[in-house]
Amino acid sequence: MSSDEVDTSAAVEVDRMADAVAEPGSPKSDPILVADGVKRSFGGLTAVDVNHLEVQRGTITALIGPNGAGKSTFFNLLTGFDRVDQGRWTFEGRPINGRRGHQVARAGMVRTFQLTKALTRMTVLDNMLLGAQGQLGERMVGAFLRPMWRSQEQANTERAMELLERFKLVDKRQDMAGSLSGGQRKLLEMARALMTDPGMIMLDEPMAGVNPALVQSLLQHITSLRDEGKTVLFVEHDMDVIMGISDWIVVLAQGGVIAEGRPSDIRSDQQVIDAYLGAQEVEGESGESGDE
Amino acid sequence: MRTRLVTVLLALITAFLVIPGAAATADEQGGESLHGQITQPDERDLGVEGIEIMVFEGDDEIEAATTDSDGNWEVVLPGPGDYRAVVDQESIPSEYEVRETVLLVGGEAEVTVEADERRPLIVALDEAGTAAEEPEESESPSEGEDAAEEGEEAPADDEALEVEGVSGGFGDRFAQLTAAGLLFGLVIAVSAIGLSLIFGTTQIINFSHGDMVTFGAMMALLFSTGAAGMGNSLLAIFAGLGVAVLLGAFMEDKLGRTLLIILQWTAVLGGIALATLVGVLGDDIQWQVPLWAAAAIAVLMGAVLGGTMERYLWRPLRKRNVALIQMFIVSIGVALVLRHVILVLFGANRTRYAGFQVQELVHLGPVSMPPRDLVIIAVAVVVLVLVACLLQFTRIGKAMRAVSDNRDLAESSGIDVDRVTMYVWLLGGGLASLGGVLFGLNQVVDYEMGFRLLLLMFAAVILGGLGTAYGAMVGGLAVGLVAMLSTLWFPAQLMNAWALALMILMLLVRPQGLLGSRERVG
Amino acid sequence: MDILMILAEAARSAVGPVAAIYALAAVGLNLHFGYTGLLNFGQVGFMLVGAYGVGISVAVFDLPVLVGFLVGLGCALVLALLLGIPTLRLRADYLAITTIAAAEVLRLVYRAGFAEPVTNGVYGLQNLSSGFREVNPFDAGGRYGFGAMTFTGNQMWLMTVTWGLVAVFALFTWMLIHSPWGRVIKGVREDEDAVRSLGKNVFAYKMQALVLGGLIGALAGAMLAVHQGAIQPDQFKPQVTFFLWVILLLGGAGRVFGPIIGSMAFWFLMNFTDGFLKGLGREGLLPFLEGPDYGAIQLAFVGLLLVLLIVFRPQGLIGDRKEMLINVK
Repeated sequence: MSSDEVDTSAAVEVDRMADAVAEPGSPKSDPILVADGVKRSFGGLTAVDVNHLEVQRGTITALIGPNGAGKSTFFNLLTGFDRVDQGRWTFEGRPINGRRGHQVARAGMVRTFQLTKALTRMTVLDNMLLGAQGQLGERMVGAFLRPMWRSQEQANTERAMELLERFKLVDKRQDMAGSLSGGQRKLLEMARALMTDPGMIMLDEPMAGVNPALVQSLLQHITSLRDEGKTVLFVEHDMDVIMGISDWIVVLAQGGVIAEGRPSDIRSDQQVIDAYLGAQEVEGESGESGDE
Repeated sequence: MRTRLVTVLLALITAFLVIPGAAATADEQGGESLHGQITQPDERDLGVEGIEIMVFEGDDEIEAATTDSDGNWEVVLPGPGDYRAVVDQESIPSEYEVRETVLLVGGEAEVTVEADERRPLIVALDEAGTAAEEPEESESPSEGEDAAEEGEEAPADDEALEVEGVSGGFGDRFAQLTAAGLLFGLVIAVSAIGLSLIFGTTQIINFSHGDMVTFGAMMALLFSTGAAGMGNSLLAIFAGLGVAVLLGAFMEDKLGRTLLIILQWTAVLGGIALATLVGVLGDDIQWQVPLWAAAAIAVLMGAVLGGTMERYLWRPLRKRNVALIQMFIVSIGVALVLRHVILVLFGANRTRYAGFQVQELVHLGPVSMPPRDLVIIAVAVVVLVLVACLLQFTRIGKAMRAVSDNRDLAESSGIDVDRVTMYVWLLGGGLASLGGVLFGLNQVVDYEMGFRLLLLMFAAVILGGLGTAYGAMVGGLAVGLVAMLSTLWFPAQLMNAWALALMILMLLVRPQGLLGSRERVG
Repeated sequence: MDILMILAEAARSAVGPVAAIYALAAVGLNLHFGYTGLLNFGQVGFMLVGAYGVGISVAVFDLPVLVGFLVGLGCALVLALLLGIPTLRLRADYLAITTIAAAEVLRLVYRAGFAEPVTNGVYGLQNLSSGFREVNPFDAGGRYGFGAMTFTGNQMWLMTVTWGLVAVFALFTWMLIHSPWGRVIKGVREDEDAVRSLGKNVFAYKMQALVLGGLIGALAGAMLAVHQGAIQPDQFKPQVTFFLWVILLLGGAGRVFGPIIGSMAFWFLMNFTDGFLKGLGREGLLPFLEGPDYGAIQLAFVGLLLVLLIVFRPQGLIGDRKEMLINVK
């Protein structure tokens, strides 16, 4: 994850993952996130049951799996947006299981949402400023003491402008976020997440509903995040996208990890192919009975 | 859309313009005065005549008034200031005495009157010889009578329900109250199924559901006690609306769009025209049916009311993508309109269905209740079973549950969601009306009865799980039992408070309700 | 029928004490719904505890009226915490049902027999204004104003204080909303999960907003007690909350001046319809209606206004329609 490696990014895949073994629950040389025995069930149906998972620092890790494999639920659990039945996980060596969503975010693990959550009746700039951490003016008493937070607000605004510049939203800064297009909202959400200055950013289906023309630029943003040293964990459906940019892929099926590995390992994994094809059939049946 | 809304509006306006209103006292304006109403302690609809009230300024008597046949009195004052009002003890009938309160000591009260204020003064009577406080264990509405004297306001409700024949030791009372709670719970359940299903299918928390209950009770009252001008007019309007709604629901595919709209308009306008006609004829066409038939008419009209609201209000709002919070507020507006139109049409009186008031109690083991209550229980159970069968075994019932479970999924699997929603409103409106009749039969009919039941219905629905029909049934029973059984230990006025407290407790422990499933985030 | 008289009388009520009190309560509700998106349907409960804080302190314990205000505010604080802890984590509509239920429970408890020693049950409490009037700088018996716009000294004093409070809290709202705190609050209104994902303790912010708006509501209730000089539990029915909602939506939710404009317009309309109906009645043009029906018609009119507002002008009198249209969920 040193900058030397970034420069030689042509043959990065193997380097970044050091010598991790392509098997479920494989240990990593420098894990930023380690999860153990994470379980969650809905009304008797097990949604997530992950034995052990490590995410390597400074990489792009993709979480894939058929519909209903528990990807989103796993995401929600890790980020404190849903409560686990049991399980422990640490971020940067500190346990963060049982923490609520905002505490996880403060710890440096920030997420986005599958259905973009732009704050529609606020300006793009306000959306960004909301991401800044440790604002004195966000305390109720502090709110009345403008001199106390004026300089902080200015600094935050500058940083927000830089990020907006980078995501090509700077012209829209005074527009309502609700007036942006779907792809722009995705960009805004990503920029807003970066505003919190996270160690790890978790993207829930960043390409869903995005105009194909924008996909490439989104992908570039994601890779540049990694190149700045941030860890990216993302859920995605589009196989081409995943194979193209991921350093490591984790495959979930029926709540558990069935395979892990570099894109090349996954592509040839018979179990993954079976899971995808098999799951699609099973799903057709369980879709009806499961919704009773 | 707008024009259709206006049509509904016009229909309602025509309805109450052609109809004679309820009688009540006139209202004066301007100047300072002191006024009030003195009623019998046990029957607060009946005033006490001939009680004299004198008003002094300092030591000078400046004015005096005597209550009229409704118990009303009013003293016009010369201007703002401090006055002393004295109830003439001599003029009080010997069977009563003035109730002592903090303000009214020895029949005298000191009052301050502001400029242009029409100040109410509360004078309550007790049966002679009884002490002031005994409301807790009386079996009739305990203290509601006191609240009636608020002046301009309609008579205040009594917050407790009556239960007949509750007496004896703890065991007996427990059995009695369990039976009463069961009955009350069944009534709540019948009324609340619609609320829950409507929420499930449309995500609307329908605040006007309580007033749909009142509507049913009032209609049954109207047609069982003699439907003259008003009844005929309402029936005509609802027939018109009903035809329009049913045409929309069944014939949408078979008829052309223009033809359909023309037919619907013809039906609605025809209804209004007919209503005006029979309204003008007034009381010349008079008829009346037994209560069961009146209840059937009321259920049909309730269904039409529900269907009309869905067709001409909620569906257009949904199509406009109005946010749910906004819909929620609209339903409050509808509730206010409905309740007060009912108030204008029928007045604020509390009435009972004729012929079912005094009945011999039937004894079943430790439980004794009048036959009408047994009938209520039987009807409610039968209806609940029928609704359960409908939901479980029929195509439309299954579709209702499917839409209620997940609207988008149901839509994508080929269910005509709009049509199902229409059926849900028809069913919900009909059941609400039926619940109103049952509730009115058990208690009394007045314009606020449904609103009082509404919060209990919410409690039931949340307890059982929002959006599930069976949850409403279970929750209804639980709420009914808790409300009634709480009176074993606590004052009857707080019975509803306990039911609501139970709901709040449930939200703390298991927000999805007994039968609901946990929601997924993100 | 003198239409000018009716208009003048309606205009007088638009700036009168009642309009001021409702404006104050609606300022609190605006903080709840307009900015934070909390569906508080029990604002009347906060008014009730505020009013009874004054009522019980003054009438039962003979304390100064200022102490009564503090007691009322304290009760509102407790009520907000009790309401908020179970429900603020839940979906918005649960809060709506819980708050309306809690306000009803409060009313039932305050009017119940066992509470009579302190609340005097359904009769309510009286003679609450004297402490407030002792410090009246106006001449109590005098008349102020011109033409139809005339108020007594006592009314002037009450209006000064209440409108003063409205102004103070409007400014207070403005300052809050134009700070980073207000930004978080508005974010919560738009999407609380998004705000949570940015590391903000959404629950704490909602609680702060609930408490603040509740305290303002309690102040309005206390002013109501002082204005009327007498309070009964049954005047705190859910109807009052519905009026506040109409006021807020009429003026424009999420606007600092929304509740103020809304309250003035609402009471103008209420009194105008009242005067107009009575005028028609005196002319014999409403042969089928009796006096008390006018009140019912007025309330039906309130309901209709609510429906029509949402359908045709969801942004209210001074709101921004474009902003409303964005809100497609």
